[in-house]
Amino acid sequence: MVKEIERTGLPVVHICTVTPISLTVGANRIVPAVAIPYPMGNPSLDAGKQFALREQIVRKALNALTTEVTEQTVFD
Amino acid sequence: MEKLRVVHYINQFYAGIGGEEKADTPAELRTGAVGPGLALTAQFGERAEIVATIVCGDSRFNENMEETTAQILAWVAAQRADVLIAGPAFNAGRYGVACGTVCSEVTEKLGIPAVTGMYVENPGVDMYRDKTYIISTKNSAAGMRDAVKKMAPLALKLALHERIGASVEEGYLPRGERVNFFEKERGSLRAVEMLLRKLHGETFETEYPMPSFDRVAPSPALKDLSHAKIALVTSGGIVPHGNPDRIEASSASRFGEYCIAGLDTLQSGDWETAHGGYDPVYANADPNCVLPADALRRLEKEGVIGKLHDLFYSTVGNGTAVASAKKFAQEIGRRLLDSGVDAVLLTST
Amino acid sequence: MKLELGYLRVTDLRFGSPSAFCNGVLTIDAEAVRAMILENDKVADVQLDIAKPGESIRITPVKDVIQPRIKIEGPGGMFPGTISKVDTVGSGKTYVLEGMSVVTAGKIVGFQEGIIDMSGPGADYTPFSRLLNLVLVITPAEGLPQHEYEQAVRSAGLKTAVWIGELARNAVPDRSMIYETPGIREGMALYPDLPRVGYVMMLQSQGLLHDTYVYGVDAKRILPTVLYPTELMDGAIISGNCVSACDKNTTYHHLNNSVIEDLYAKHGKELNFVGVIITNENVYLADKQRSSDFTAKLCEYLGLDGAIISQEGFGNPDTDLIMNCRKIEAKGIKTVIITDEYAGQDGRSQSLADSDPAADACVTGGNANMVITLPPMDRVIGTLDYVTRIAGGNQNSLQPDGSIVAELQVITGATNETGFNRLSAR
Repeated sequence: MVKEIERTGLPVVHICTVTPISLTVGANRIVPAVAIPYPMGNPSLDAGKQFALREQIVRKALNALTTEVTEQTVFD
Repeated sequence: MEKLRVVHYINQFYAGIGGEEKADTPAELRTGAVGPGLALTAQFGERAEIVATIVCGDSRFNENMEETTAQILAWVAAQRADVLIAGPAFNAGRYGVACGTVCSEVTEKLGIPAVTGMYVENPGVDMYRDKTYIISTKNSAAGMRDAVKKMAPLALKLALHERIGASVEEGYLPRGERVNFFEKERGSLRAVEMLLRKLHGETFETEYPMPSFDRVAPSPALKDLSHAKIALVTSGGIVPHGNPDRIEASSASRFGEYCIAGLDTLQSGDWETAHGGYDPVYANADPNCVLPADALRRLEKEGVIGKLHDLFYSTVGNGTAVASAKKFAQEIGRRLLDSGVDAVLLTST
Repeated sequence: MKLELGYLRVTDLRFGSPSAFCNGVLTIDAEAVRAMILENDKVADVQLDIAKPGESIRITPVKDVIQPRIKIEGPGGMFPGTISKVDTVGSGKTYVLEGMSVVTAGKIVGFQEGIIDMSGPGADYTPFSRLLNLVLVITPAEGLPQHEYEQAVRSAGLKTAVWIGELARNAVPDRSMIYETPGIREGMALYPDLPRVGYVMMLQSQGLLHDTYVYGVDAKRILPTVLYPTELMDGAIISGNCVSACDKNTTYHHLNNSVIEDLYAKHGKELNFVGVIITNENVYLADKQRSSDFTAKLCEYLGLDGAIISQEGFGNPDTDLIMNCRKIEAKGIKTVIITDEYAGQDGRSQSLADSDPAADACVTGGNANMVITLPPMDRVIGTLDYVTRIAGGNQNSLQPDGSIVAELQVITGATNETGFNRLSAR
């Protein structure tokens, strides 16, 4: 799906846990997520800390969108 | 004649421990055959036996890959296995990744041959097809008998270090290695028959798939984030409570378009996940952890981004055919362009 | 054009006098053949030998394999423009001496002659291990330039095949087959509802020692053109090349082209086999572009619905193959390509030098880089001296015990790209 949307010319960033799959399939901008059932959450943290974590990942993703890439890149 | 020693790797579901809610089961070593191991044992007859079964939860494996793999390697080595069998994983992505990882690590680090089974679209296939042997299976456990019938003989051949034939002979997915074999008919007749099928619009299988270099050129980066309209798309299956569009829990045949205009957050209870491939508890408790609407709304308010698009798109990535996902995304991409969206965050589980 | 082939089964081959073909037994007066070949002063000496299926015999370095045939009725004679006078062949009646062949061998010409093992694992990979073979081991005149030597060998082989064919002039065929191709107009009237299928045959034409001849014309000088399929059955196309033995089309392959046979088998029933388009594989890009343009244009002009494309050789001809395929498909004509692969000894390299998504229907003759061990044979006809230098061999190929470790490339006909064999790969 990431590739199809990118084919339209829109920059896309893929936020996912199993990044090796994303690399194989061919996404160009990849941001690692926390865990499969909660990519941008962490039930062991309180609500406030979870939100901060989420915002951090989203900021990383937005940064990826504003970064020129020439090849597949994982933004750690 | 001593029986060949086989170690079998399966997940929490096939061990009978539980479903998604038990996907965090830690790795454990059991004696003898468990679950599908019994069917394999029947196929082996006198030639081999499953001396041990390793069980591990799919999420546990994928989220602790290094230490879990190390533990499994130690167990396999201690068992003096002649061959390792994993799965079959059919179309389960995390299970496929686990099986592929275990097989390739066992072969690379211990020199023990391995075989697993997956449906051709399992993400584990592209990742591991050339590092181990992946028998081609159907896309669900309904194909267990068929899978076992092919996995067992190949496992025996591998254990005995016999020559492994071509993919179509042994039943494994092509692994980037061309192997010669003799067909029943000569090439010219195969060509004539292939042409007739092609002319009649019937399905045919090429003997040599042209290498396809399907990469998309990266789109140019966003220049001005503070004025950009950002859209959210997810394969995690976030949908309004009640799943009004009836998006399937697996093998989705459609996607949904949902409005979040004026919402500061995705409220638990108003939304839920339709995705049947992961433990839904967390997503249902806080849908934002799969679709981070609250974080983007905050960033919109702060002026970091120009606007969060009013609509988000959702489907279920669980076992959904690649061709379907492609179609959904093409349509979604079109709608996003038409709405003046500048960039997309796509989240997956 | 209509041709009747009368097949005469050869059940045994022996030296003796007088030469005769009687009750399936072919008796050859070796001295008579030798004298005929030595009429050409470019040949210093020729030794004749016989190799039978199952014998522990290795023939190397093989140049060409030719099947003796004789024209009984109809215009022209075998190998028009080369042995017989120029005339349009492919009609009337021709006899085929089935089950035997003439094999030319001798001191190496280029790097790419081959090996035929009559037994053992190597025998499984060449169709010629199943024939009674009359082998001509030719020694060139001192200092003879390579291209003249090749020509002398070619000539000797073809002449011998014709000479043997003559022995069958009055024999009675064991069975007959009629091959008939109607003209365009007649064909459309006869088979209005059958798909129109053509055979695009690519001919090796890369220059010295890599040539093919059409009615005596060097294929590198032709523009793609149309032939009746039966013209090949009378030797209109002969091999003048020594490309890697595994995917070189011997004259035997041209006479017995299996695409033509298999298309004829379904002609008038499941398809209308319209005809053969021959094209070449030249070394200049402009030639490749021109030939593929012409080939696609002819396919369209003939109103084809589908085409089978066979290749000869590998490497830069892969580009010709892909160009032909792409351009024919672009005209809305469906193709199946037949090729072989050079996927490396581990089978992991890209099999073809070129590729296009349009080539979605492909039949393969196998990976030519596969390594094979050929055990020592009791007898070698020819010489082993050059095994380490032929394509597919290396300096370590010849083992002390006489066995050969080399790639499948060295075996004559092993990965033939006209689909002659059952070998494939996945």
